[in-house]
Amino acid sequence: MADIAAPAPNWLDRLRPKSIGRLVTTILLFLGAWVMVFPFIWMISSSLKPTDEVYDSDFSIIPKTFKGWDNYYGVIFEQPYLIFLMNSMIVCLGILLIQLVTAIPAAYALAKLKFRGSTILFGTVIAAITIPINVTSIPLYIGLVRVGLLDTYFAMMFPFIVSVFAIFLFRQFFRGFPDSIIQAARVDGFSEIEIILRLILPSAVPAIAAFSVFSFVAHWNDLYWPLIVVQSQDKMTATLSMMQYQSAFDTDYGRTYASATVVTAPMVIAFLFARRLFIRGITMTGVKG
Amino acid sequence: MARLELTNIKKSFGDTAVLHDISLDVSDGEFVSLVGQSGCGKSTLLRIIAGLETPDSGDILLDGKSVLNSAPKNRNIAMVFQDYALYPHMSVGENMAMPLVMARLPLYARLPGMRRVTPVGRRAQPQIRAEVEKVASQLRIDHLLDRKPAQLSGGQRQRVALGRSLVRNPQVFLMDEPLSNLDAKLRVQVRAEITELHDTSGLTFIYVTHDQVEAMTMSDRVALLQTGHLLQVGQPNALYADPANLDVARFIGSPEINIAAGERLADGVKLGDVTLPVGVDGTGPVQVGIRPEAISVSNAAGLAALEQPVKGPALSFTKRMIEDLGPEVLIHGHFTHAPDGLVRIRAQKSGVYGETGALSRAKTLQVMLNPEQLLFFDAEGQRLSAKALAATTTTTTAGAA
Repeated sequence: MADIAAPAPNWLDRLRPKSIGRLVTTILLFLGAWVMVFPFIWMISSSLKPTDEVYDSDFSIIPKTFKGWDNYYGVIFEQPYLIFLMNSMIVCLGILLIQLVTAIPAAYALAKLKFRGSTILFGTVIAAITIPINVTSIPLYIGLVRVGLLDTYFAMMFPFIVSVFAIFLFRQFFRGFPDSIIQAARVDGFSEIEIILRLILPSAVPAIAAFSVFSFVAHWNDLYWPLIVVQSQDKMTATLSMMQYQSAFDTDYGRTYASATVVTAPMVIAFLFARRLFIRGITMTGVKG
Repeated sequence: MARLELTNIKKSFGDTAVLHDISLDVSDGEFVSLVGQSGCGKSTLLRIIAGLETPDSGDILLDGKSVLNSAPKNRNIAMVFQDYALYPHMSVGENMAMPLVMARLPLYARLPGMRRVTPVGRRAQPQIRAEVEKVASQLRIDHLLDRKPAQLSGGQRQRVALGRSLVRNPQVFLMDEPLSNLDAKLRVQVRAEITELHDTSGLTFIYVTHDQVEAMTMSDRVALLQTGHLLQVGQPNALYADPANLDVARFIGSPEINIAAGERLADGVKLGDVTLPVGVDGTGPVQVGIRPEAISVSNAAGLAALEQPVKGPALSFTKRMIEDLGPEVLIHGHFTHAPDGLVRIRAQKSGVYGETGALSRAKTLQVMLNPEQLLFFDAEGQRLSAKALAATTTTTTAGAA
C-alpha cells in the first residue's frame, strides 16, 4: 500500500539526478546541446525579423516586428525555389552515382586483388585525401573555362566524381569480406565484375548507405564550388540561392536567414525520417559533416 | 573423372618458401588426403590445384594435359571451403544454381535479374532447376532450397556447399578442411557421408585436413606434409605401421607414438636394463618408437592378454594416471629407468577389470614390448631398418634381465 501512497509526480522523480556526477554530466551535455542548437534557433528567429533587427544590439529571440511572412513568401514564391531544389538534387545524386561507380571497383581492387604496386597505389589514394578542393579549384576553373563548360551541371559535378574518401572507406569495408567466398565464386566461374555486382555489393549496403548520406549532405551544403562555376539563376543550387540577397551595398538578412531555413529544411526532414541511417553514416565515415 | 599429376610444384610468398618441390600422382577416382599441421602448405597446394594460386614452378596435369594456364572455372574442379563460402545473399537454390548459370549463360544473361528476362536465360532455367533439385534430394536438402544460408545449421550449410560443388559435375573434387567447423558428433556423420559420396560418385577427391584421424579413416592414400615438404605418401596403414621418419610416426596415430632412448648393441637394443632382441643397423644411441598398443601389461592387472602374448624381457613402468575409454584403458606414466619420457599404453580391458582394482592400486607395472611392432630412428629421425634376432637370444636376454 505504501507504494501507491508514494509521491504522485513520478516523472519529476525520474528526472531527479541519481548523483552529483550525473548532475554535472547532464549540465555539460545540456550546454553542449545548446551550443549545437543555438545557431539554428538564431537562424529561425532571424528569419522572422526585418533586416535592421537581425544585428540589433537589443537582441531577443522573439522578433519585435514580425516579418516572417514577407521573408518566407519572398524566398519560396518570388524566386524559382523548386528549380533550385531540383538543381541541388541533380547535382547531389549525379555526384553520388558517379562516385559509387568509380569508387566501388577501385576499392575492390585495392582490397582484394593482388597486383604489383597495389600498396603504392593505395598510399597515393590516402595521400590524395589530404588535398583540399581549394588547391585544385583554380586549375579546374581555368580548365572548365577553356572547354566552355562553365555554368553547367557537368562543371558542378566534375571535381567530385572520384571520391578518394569513398575508395578508402569501401576498401576498409571490403577487406572484411571473406576471401573464401570470392575464391568459391572464381571457381564457380564468376567474372570479377560479377563478384562485385552479385556478392560484394549486396553485402556492402550499410557502407554504401552510410557513404551516400555523407556525400549527399556534403554536396547539398556545398556553397564554395557552385559559387565559383554557376553564373545563371537557372543552374543555382538551393544553397547558392541564399547568396542572392547579398550585394555589395546591401544585404537582406531577414530573407537570407529565411532562405537558409528553407534550404536546411529538406535535410532536417530527411534526418527525422532516416535518423538511424544518418547516425550510422556519420559514425562509420568518421567525419562530421 | 580424372587423373591428376603434380610435378615439382614450388611456391613462395615473398621470401618464405611454402612449398618445396612437391610431386604427387593421384589416379582416377582415388581419395587422397593432404594432411599436416597448420602452416604446412596443404591449403596452398589445394588452392594451386584449384587455380586460385599460381605456383612459382612446376606443372599440374589433368588427364595428361597441363591446366597451369587455365582459369579456375575452366579446370572443371570443384572446391568445398572450410567456412563453406556460401553466397550470403542468395537462397540455397540460387547458391547451388550459380556454377551452372555461370557455365551455361552468356554474361549479359546472367547479370542480376536478366535470367528471367532474356530468352537464353528462360530456356536454360528449367534444366538448371531440375539439376539443382536432383542434387539437393541426393543430399537431402531439397526442403531447404528457398532458405538463406544464415538460416541453416552448420551441417546443412556443409551439405549445401557440397551440393554447389556437385551440380557442376566436376572432374576433381577438392575439400579444404570441410569438417573443422562442425561439432564432434556431426563430424563423424558427415565423414561417413563424404566417404559414401566418394564411393557412389567415383570422382577423384583431394581432401585437406589437419586431423590425422579424418585422413586415416577416409582416404585411399594419405600425403603427409610438413613445412612445405612432402614427407610420405601411402596407404593409411602404411603410414602408421611403416613411417619413413620420426615426424611421420609422431603425426600419425593417436595417442602419439612413445619415444624412448635406446642403445644399439651387438645382441640387440638396450632399453633401460633389458635388451630387446632386435638387430638395427649401426651402433650407438637410437630412438625407439613404441606405439601405445605395442606395450602389453600382465593380465593380473585386470587387462586382457594380447592374442599372442609377448614372451620377452619385462620392463618396469611407473604409472601416473589411468584414462578409462570404455572398452580399453590408456595408462600414462614413464619407464622407471627414464622418468622424463612420457609413455602411454593402450590396453584392452578383460572381464575382471575393475573387480580386482589391481590396476588402480598398482604404482609400478611390469610391461613387455613387442619387438615386431617397434620402430627405430636415428638421431636425425630417419627410420632404421630392423630385424628380429634369433629366439635363443631372447631367452638369454630374458634370463639376464
